[in-house]
Amino acid sequence: MSSLLTRVKLKQIEKAIEEEKRIDQRTLSDYRIFTIEQGVIQKAEGSAKIFLGKTEVLVGIKVEKGTPYPDTPNNGVMTVNAELVPLASSKFEPGPPGEQAIELARIVDRGIRESEAIDTEKLCIVPGKQVFIVFVDIYVLNHDGNLIDASAMAAVSALMNTKMPNYEIVDDEIVIKQGYSPLPLKDHPVTVTIGKINDKLIVDPGLEEEEVMDSRISIAFTDDGRICAMQKGGSGYFTTKQVSEAMKLAQSTAETQRKKLKW
Amino acid sequence: MNEKPKKLINKKGLRLDGRKPDELRPVKLKVGILPNADGSAYIEHGKNKILAGAFGPREMHPKHLQRADRMVLRCRYHMAPFSVPERKSPAPSRRENELSKVIRDALLPSLFVENYPRTGVDLYIEVLQADGGTRCASITAASLALADAGLPMRDLIVACAAGKVDNKIALDLMDTEDKIGAADVPVAYMPNLNAVTLLQMDGKLSPKEFDEAIKMAIEGCKKIYDIQKEALKTKYKIIEQEEVEE
Amino acid sequence: MPTFFEKKQLVIPGDLLAEGEYFAGDNTYKEKNKIFAARIGLADCTNKKINIVALKAFYFPQMGDVIIGTVKQVGFSGWTVNIKSPYIAILRASDVLSRSFKPQNDELSQVLTAGDLIVAKVASFDRYHDPQLTVGEPGLGKITRGQIMNITPTKIPRVIGRKGSMITNIKNETGCQIILGKNGVILVTGKNPKDEELAMAAINKIEEESHTSGLTDRITQFLKEEKAKIEENNNE
Repeated sequence: MSSLLTRVKLKQIEKAIEEEKRIDQRTLSDYRIFTIEQGVIQKAEGSAKIFLGKTEVLVGIKVEKGTPYPDTPNNGVMTVNAELVPLASSKFEPGPPGEQAIELARIVDRGIRESEAIDTEKLCIVPGKQVFIVFVDIYVLNHDGNLIDASAMAAVSALMNTKMPNYEIVDDEIVIKQGYSPLPLKDHPVTVTIGKINDKLIVDPGLEEEEVMDSRISIAFTDDGRICAMQKGGSGYFTTKQVSEAMKLAQSTAETQRKKLKW
Repeated sequence: MNEKPKKLINKKGLRLDGRKPDELRPVKLKVGILPNADGSAYIEHGKNKILAGAFGPREMHPKHLQRADRMVLRCRYHMAPFSVPERKSPAPSRRENELSKVIRDALLPSLFVENYPRTGVDLYIEVLQADGGTRCASITAASLALADAGLPMRDLIVACAAGKVDNKIALDLMDTEDKIGAADVPVAYMPNLNAVTLLQMDGKLSPKEFDEAIKMAIEGCKKIYDIQKEALKTKYKIIEQEEVEE
Repeated sequence: MPTFFEKKQLVIPGDLLAEGEYFAGDNTYKEKNKIFAARIGLADCTNKKINIVALKAFYFPQMGDVIIGTVKQVGFSGWTVNIKSPYIAILRASDVLSRSFKPQNDELSQVLTAGDLIVAKVASFDRYHDPQLTVGEPGLGKITRGQIMNITPTKIPRVIGRKGSMITNIKNETGCQIILGKNGVILVTGKNPKDEELAMAAINKIEEESHTSGLTDRITQFLKEEKAKIEENNNE
């Protein structure tokens, strides 16, 4: 556990949770207020910035031509990368992405990939030869807890904001035409993270709560409410009963979040 | 998409974005926008969008980098993958490493490093969108971040470039002008001591042209300096009112 | 020999403050007969000495300062303590145990461990050595209860108020003990959490709303109102 919190504070958080309260006055199932702004980076094909409480995440999308994977010659490619930029927190160090950044990127990746949010078949230019690659770059600008949900929401918002160059194929060669079309999307996954502190489940953990919580579970839901990705994290555990409780809590939270997001 | 325009300055003497040769792009500055940093600033210089955050002074890690007689400034200039038309790999390039160093060297003369031996300040610069002249815009923002962190300073450091486009000396080149123009001279400057703290050049210029370019760049610096000072004062004005009225 | 500012004017680094026979005081520097500002703050001149009261500064330790710190690590013969300054402070085991330290018998982590809060005094500090703390005086030592809050170190004098009027007022109205660390860390200890929250709210209010005149009265008023609300709730 990091030494960011004093032991006095730690006890205060635990005591509040014990009384079904939280230090920022939320109930256990309250989500923090968030705002999303799309199209903040003009040089990117798509972008979105989210504020979740004081957590701030910017996602930029680049769309470039490349070759498909041999096993999926008719599908475009998506890659997700996350940078925990050192100006976001004194705990982030410069350098190549560490475990935390890689896990973050992979959780966001899984939600988008498994929900089949991007219609990758439509990103195929010449089967087996040329496809579009969608680069999703997550840039954490301020860390105030629950980077997973914030990044996932910003990533999907950025994809919804992404425009693709129009083109036609002349003799197996791509010719860029005027204008843009939106990136073809089939789904809009919503990811909800539940934390566990002393056997109590909390929605959308804040930074100080993350210092105290022993484990978390992140669950992504598709448009029609199916589960499409899941990740347990942290050094603690969930009992099977807690897993189903967390599931229910995440599901109802995802529904209200989806309404707020208007997805 | 990336067709190169033949002429950078038209018959009316205006540049691609409608500026006169000695005209700056619009500059917007905001101080104190990152809650977790000790000091921070955000700059929009033309289409450049850059964040700078300062942490410290704090205990220097790793310890072997400590200096017994002074504070150490560490600086990292980094570009977001989506900041440029072709996605940039997030791993630092040689260019970014060099810029980190010249930016640090440009800022050091403003600091009283000898007053805080054995400590370190980390300065992180993230270019969210690049459009030519990012090193200069980074220096302008980074200097404000250091002041916002409460570090004593001789003066704010401000930076601006001048260069040569279509055989004419012009101020504050944007990306296209930088790429196909004939020369670029970035200058960082400490106005009250009349001190140049960064000077680079690429391209070809006659000594006379160089002289004109550096003068023009310093004039540009002075204009940005006013915006810079105003941005810093804006954050602290509210506090000033409190103090005076009490 | 002019000065170039009005009393209590907001200045920023690089501003020219005076020229000629002046001395550079706090947060200013002299270069060729000219005095310049080195920090954001409010400028003032007394007896030819130019000073700036900084609006933003980090804590720089001084001998004799009472500060509040967090234990960082347990070492072989003492502890390292985070005192919210560029330097990590040291607390020697012998200082806490008030006798010589015996590594074979004494388990330091049972006395103080990482994350513990202490009130301490800076016993020594210079350019070459990290600040050393002492807890060997009445009122110093480990903090076991209460709430901690942080404010800008330069604002501590305003929480104290003129001749201590502000802080005395808050103490009297809330019944809380309040320790103001010179490093901007404040400890509030009351009989119950409600009292502590009230005192903290008052201190936050001083930070946020002090631009209105008659602040001392307003804080008194605020404390009375809030106390009445609490009592109402208790009666229900």
